[in-house]
Amino acid sequence: MREITYRQALNEALAEELERDPNVFLMGEEVAEYQGAYKVSHGLLQRFGPRRIIDTPISENGFAGLGVGAAMVGLRPIIEFMTFSFSLVAFDQVVNNAPNMYTMSGGQFNIPITFRGPNGPAHQLGATHSHATENFYASVPGLKVCTPATPRDAKGLLKTAVRDNNPVLVLEAELLYSSKGMVEPPDEELLIPLGKAEIKREGSDASIICYAQTVPLALKVAAQLEEEDISAEILDLRSIKPLDEKAIFDSVAKTHRVVIVEQDHPFCGVGAEVCYRIQKNIFDALDAPIIRVSQEDVPMPYNERLEKAVLPNAEKLVAAVKQVCYA
Amino acid sequence: MQPVEQRDEVEMLSLMLLIRRFEERASQQYQAQKIGGFCHLYIGQEAVVTGAIAAVRDDDYIITAYRDHAHALARGTSADACMAELFGKETGCSRGLGGSMHFFDRKNHMYGGHAIVAAHVPLAVGMAFAIKYRGDDRVTLCFFGDGAINQGAFHEALNLAALYKLPIVFICENNLFAMGTSVKRSTSLRQIVDRAEGYDIPGEIVDGMNFREVRDKVAEIVDSIRKEPHPAFLEMRTYRYRGHSMSDPASYRTKQELEKYRLDDPITRLRAQLTREGKLTNEQFDLLDKRAKETVLTAVKFAEKSPQPPLDTLYDYTYADGSGAATVKQGR
Repeated sequence: MREITYRQALNEALAEELERDPNVFLMGEEVAEYQGAYKVSHGLLQRFGPRRIIDTPISENGFAGLGVGAAMVGLRPIIEFMTFSFSLVAFDQVVNNAPNMYTMSGGQFNIPITFRGPNGPAHQLGATHSHATENFYASVPGLKVCTPATPRDAKGLLKTAVRDNNPVLVLEAELLYSSKGMVEPPDEELLIPLGKAEIKREGSDASIICYAQTVPLALKVAAQLEEEDISAEILDLRSIKPLDEKAIFDSVAKTHRVVIVEQDHPFCGVGAEVCYRIQKNIFDALDAPIIRVSQEDVPMPYNERLEKAVLPNAEKLVAAVKQVCYA
Repeated sequence: MQPVEQRDEVEMLSLMLLIRRFEERASQQYQAQKIGGFCHLYIGQEAVVTGAIAAVRDDDYIITAYRDHAHALARGTSADACMAELFGKETGCSRGLGGSMHFFDRKNHMYGGHAIVAAHVPLAVGMAFAIKYRGDDRVTLCFFGDGAINQGAFHEALNLAALYKLPIVFICENNLFAMGTSVKRSTSLRQIVDRAEGYDIPGEIVDGMNFREVRDKVAEIVDSIRKEPHPAFLEMRTYRYRGHSMSDPASYRTKQELEKYRLDDPITRLRAQLTREGKLTNEQFDLLDKRAKETVLTAVKFAEKSPQPPLDTLYDYTYADGSGAATVKQGR
């Protein structure tokens, strides 16, 4: 194991998959000559050439659709959105074409495509550039959605996504590109299956279910709560769809108390689905109502103080955990 | 695969008859409530798809919009599989899961059947991208209606095709109406083909009621694309005799206009050409027509007696790895 950044981990995953399979190509805005808007594709043009690392004009709907068409005839496109906020311009391709093709064609055309890029609020980008899209996309049958929070998960999930025979969205965390973590050496194949959550910290008093940018937040809060003798278990979903129910139920059966901290909006958010499944399947294991901490239900304001007030934060999360623990 | 110039014109006339008789029968079965959803008929436009298909190889890629029955039939999908799809049966070309607007046939390189206007034009560009990526000499034919040319996806796709110099022919089937809105009321250009010029794509207007003109023009362009990949644009001037869909009486146009186009019927025209040249007798034509009608009647019987898709396969076509039930349904 060695320590690398989330950005480097994604870069390694791309390079390894491009190296492994000649049908894989990377396409998007500024991925080639500019070396990636967030430098995730740094060096790939030099290594793999312009045939496989392809710059596009600003035409998200066009190049997302190009990817779906190329996938229909056997290629395995990786389509980068500069941010998933811009994927909304390609919503028709991501939602209507990519996941429907397999059903509509009676199983003749599966679409092995990866859509990837940063997702979720970053820092003072305003309402149009701060979308957390996981709940939109996870609600669509035919799509798979993962949300890596660490460099290791980023590498392993992206590589798995590229090899999946269905459309997979890898929602990277914009604020985590420079974060560091331990990852297996490059000569060791790292594949993390979709639909497998991971306990990032063991605990016994309450389960904090989190993903993406809320994972480091939850870990920080758990350390803080430990000083007050509350032992929080941190369960990182890693994939939103498929959802690792077993890991969720196992953790809840152990702690009996649940807080879900998500980066999307409260109405029809990811936490609503998780909540529903917990109460339906292991209602008797609960010792307190489940609490969700999410964004406030408003378009993101630019003002820094207001933005902080909209986002989940340590204060809100600590209060929620204490509430479910009746502490 | 025969060279283009040798492909039997009588055979292609026979295909046009099959398309027309199929659509007439589909209309009748729709009215008898055997067919659900939307149903858009191709009657009047037969020369466009048959002419284009006559000019390409069997392994070239074909993709179109929702008025797609004819494209599947022309590509070699059986009338049985097409009619069964309209009936929503398991034996349909999309297992009864697609319906009228979503005909697919992988074996015959028919890539749909797409019902969101212009959303398939980027897909077509992706298929052409894959051709160039692999370095083979196929060509993609992308069919769409005059209604598609004002949609953003169309413009983005044309720009990408021109930018990357991809082997694709954009074939606009201009039947003068996007549903009930005439081209004059939807498009700021005097002629649709001028859209191509904006993307530096060579474009031409073709008489879409004339099989031979369509075939020869597509053949010429495809030949040039195979030598050096590039996009091209053809505006096919054609006409649909029926309404936009089965529920449309087409009151936005006059009887006189329809009659004018009927006089220029693509089937009548090719028949007359072949008769004049001594390649077809009246008896032979009648026999072809009789066979087409029989094929379609057999298809109706086949569709009627075919089974419904089993209920327990509901989750089988959501994910290609068969994880549909586990992913979508689990725990709910």
